[in-house]
Amino acid sequence: MCFEAKRLLKLALGPVLMLISAVVLGYGPEEAQVNMAPGATEVGERIYDLHMIILWICTVIGLGVFGVMFYSIIYHRKSKGAVAAHFHESTKVEIAWTVVPFLILIGMAVPATSTLLEVYDNDDAELDILVTGYQWKWKYEYINENGENISFFSNLRTPQSEIHNSEPKGEFYLLEVDEPLVIPVNTKVRFLITGNDVIHSWWVPELAVKRDAIPGFINETWTLAREEGVFRGQCAELCGKDHGFMPIVVNVVSKEAYGEWLGAKQVEAAAIKELMAQTFTLEQLVERGEAVYARACLACHGANGEGGVGKPIAGSAIATGDIGAHLDVGINGVPGTAMQAFGGQLNDVDMAAVITYQRNAFGNNMGDMVQPIDVYNHKKG
Amino acid sequence: MGDHHHGPAKGLGRWLFTTNHKDIGTMYLWFSFSMFILGGFFAMIIRAELFQPGLQLVEPAFFNQMTTLHGLIMVFGAIMPSFVGLANWLIPMMIGAPDMALPRMNNWSFWILPPTFLLLASTLFMEGGAPAAGWTFYAPLSTTYAGPSVTFFIFSIHVLGLSSIMGSINIIATVMNMRAPGMTYMKMPLFVWTWLITAFLLVAVMPVLAGAVTMMLMDVHFGTSFFSAAGGGDPVLFQHVFWFFGHPEVYIIILPAFGVVSQIIPAFSRKQLFGYDSMVYATASIAFLSFIVWAHHMFTVGMPVAGELFFMYATMLIAVPTGVKVFNWVTTMWRGSLSFETPMLFCIGFLILFTIGGFTGLMLAIAPVDFQYHDTYFVVAHFHYVMVAGAVFSMSAAIYFWLPKWCGRMYNETMGKTHFWISFIGFNIAFFPQHFVGLAGMPRRIPDYALQFADFNMMSSIGAFIYGLSQILFLYNVIATIVAGKPVSDPKVWDGAEGLEWTIPTPAPYHTFETPPAVK
Repeated sequence: MCFEAKRLLKLALGPVLMLISAVVLGYGPEEAQVNMAPGATEVGERIYDLHMIILWICTVIGLGVFGVMFYSIIYHRKSKGAVAAHFHESTKVEIAWTVVPFLILIGMAVPATSTLLEVYDNDDAELDILVTGYQWKWKYEYINENGENISFFSNLRTPQSEIHNSEPKGEFYLLEVDEPLVIPVNTKVRFLITGNDVIHSWWVPELAVKRDAIPGFINETWTLAREEGVFRGQCAELCGKDHGFMPIVVNVVSKEAYGEWLGAKQVEAAAIKELMAQTFTLEQLVERGEAVYARACLACHGANGEGGVGKPIAGSAIATGDIGAHLDVGINGVPGTAMQAFGGQLNDVDMAAVITYQRNAFGNNMGDMVQPIDVYNHKKG
Repeated sequence: MGDHHHGPAKGLGRWLFTTNHKDIGTMYLWFSFSMFILGGFFAMIIRAELFQPGLQLVEPAFFNQMTTLHGLIMVFGAIMPSFVGLANWLIPMMIGAPDMALPRMNNWSFWILPPTFLLLASTLFMEGGAPAAGWTFYAPLSTTYAGPSVTFFIFSIHVLGLSSIMGSINIIATVMNMRAPGMTYMKMPLFVWTWLITAFLLVAVMPVLAGAVTMMLMDVHFGTSFFSAAGGGDPVLFQHVFWFFGHPEVYIIILPAFGVVSQIIPAFSRKQLFGYDSMVYATASIAFLSFIVWAHHMFTVGMPVAGELFFMYATMLIAVPTGVKVFNWVTTMWRGSLSFETPMLFCIGFLILFTIGGFTGLMLAIAPVDFQYHDTYFVVAHFHYVMVAGAVFSMSAAIYFWLPKWCGRMYNETMGKTHFWISFIGFNIAFFPQHFVGLAGMPRRIPDYALQFADFNMMSSIGAFIYGLSQILFLYNVIATIVAGKPVSDPKVWDGAEGLEWTIPTPAPYHTFETPPAVK
């Protein structure tokens, strides 16, 4: 029995030890990362070093403790004729193994404190970005002291067909968005993080940033990327049904490329402004509205307006009732429920389009429509 | 006096109206095992969905209900009641008392549990489904954004808290008043000590949890804004209140496990527990520290840096008393005369895996590094090493150790050892890779994941299925023992076992210690 137990022990411990050595050596096959990424920032590197130091200290202590234990297990067995000793206390030893760990902890606390202070140093940022978590997407707003802010939403780009396995999954499955955040390299960027509905958490491992997005409060954190590249992260705080489907993608680009990108965004904003003054046909609105619906409404109200987290739209009293009341729900949401206020999320053209679409799709053949100017007037009261 | 001896009543009435600590202990144990199976079944659904990337079996909303119910049922339905059951069986027998101090309340604190869990499980069939905000149910996801089942959930938590508080008061009253003459506090078995301290923790923090869910109830139904910034409240307040309960709660789960291990390791080392006094002091220190570390669960909420530092330092300190315990157990084995029956194997498994969980706990305590670990699978791996390999392994050890005493029949050793090895291997295959995916960036509580996490998730699921199946073997072994195990009549059962419970006949009679024993 003993022999068998030992053999089984070896069988069990073999893979475990292999895995442990894999993590401490940072070794692993390329497609399966087994350790924390030092990432693209200095803070991230310091965090990684701290992580490795503590891991090593724990490994050494662990090997010592388990070594003593396995020595006993092997040599102090009854089946080998071991006779139990009678000692059961030793003040000296007990004081030693209280004091020594305490000193080791102080040794750990020193670098931990200095790294933490560094993480909390939000001063001297060159660029401020307001990050707002929504169920289930992120909004980025570039705060500009002397002009109009640039803002946009960043949604999951992976199609439902890949999620439901009817199409092969792409390389960045679930880690791809329609519009990534763009920041310049070698620039201290401060993030002001908040939530619109529930608590989310904005996390990009390689930028060493994770901070909760709390409705009603603004958290501050920062990053300074030292290399260009695309960095991917996810929401880290359970925020409801599609918590697993609101990724973050950050493009770190050269300062010149960032300037160009910003210029293009400003031109785009001006174009939207022009569209807002136009009048559209029903067909134009429905066509635009279908795309907006897929982006903003589908997750809760279903692909065919059948409902889900949200109420059904197909045949609903709101979508087939007074058009002004319908628009009001879209703009201001329904307080106290999961129906958000979309007035700040969609521009007036998209809002007009999606309301019109809802009234003329899923069997709701109302035939009426909302124009951007109606949305504008409704918002003005 | 001898004339009044009577056995248990007949039929269902025996169980419904019983005030006997052994009957109530048995009911607690069976109830908690059934909850363990139910919570385990939910875990299997979670792992089956996570077997491959993509959504195969369940939709995300249902997945969240599964993670939530898995956590709630395992913590409140399986682990906590199982240790209360153990306390019921063992505390009177260990301190030489005839029964618990408050036997009618004992009956009541058990019997309100099954309907409560029935209520909680029934939310699965309600419109909008079961609670889905995680077992930590952070507001406002659990209030403004929750389905109608949240009200039933709040009621369940209130009643569970009531049951726990009654059970704890009973334990405190029993230990303080009913010890046999001569059994001073510093002569009590360590299991009794850890439970006494646990009971104080429960009495202190269950009302805090009740406060948290009451505030939720007010926010949901009565227009208050405790947790809504729009009305002048603060969502982070919920987390502070919850974790002020939640951190002591994890020690409530683990301290009785420490007690169990401190009884079993000496028995199979045939050597007295090393450092009894320091074990008691270490347990008390851990209990004290558990009240001042709660915000280490919230390092990313944006606390002031002074707050982060305080909670980081306080949390790191817990490593000291916990280390003392591990060193004491290992030193108890040192130069003992060891044998490796199933209870001892589970205790050694506990020692190894709990220590690994302790190390990852220390890593998580380092606030700046926690920014990378927080809410990832690294945390999931950490607390399963502590909760499963800590609490559940020690509970299995306890059942194998005391079952022969309770029913006068010996379990099948080969089957017991097989159960251990399958559990141990399955557990490690399930949870060790979760450290890796966590470090590599996989958030917890997601129903689907990016492709680079696929291999380890598949491995983890396979391990979880193995671990889950091994529990069926456990159930079979326990039933087979009770029905047809080899009879034992030696009061000691195990040659190295020490304590009053090993002085009474085997199987333990329905009434014990009607005359208090003398303790030297």
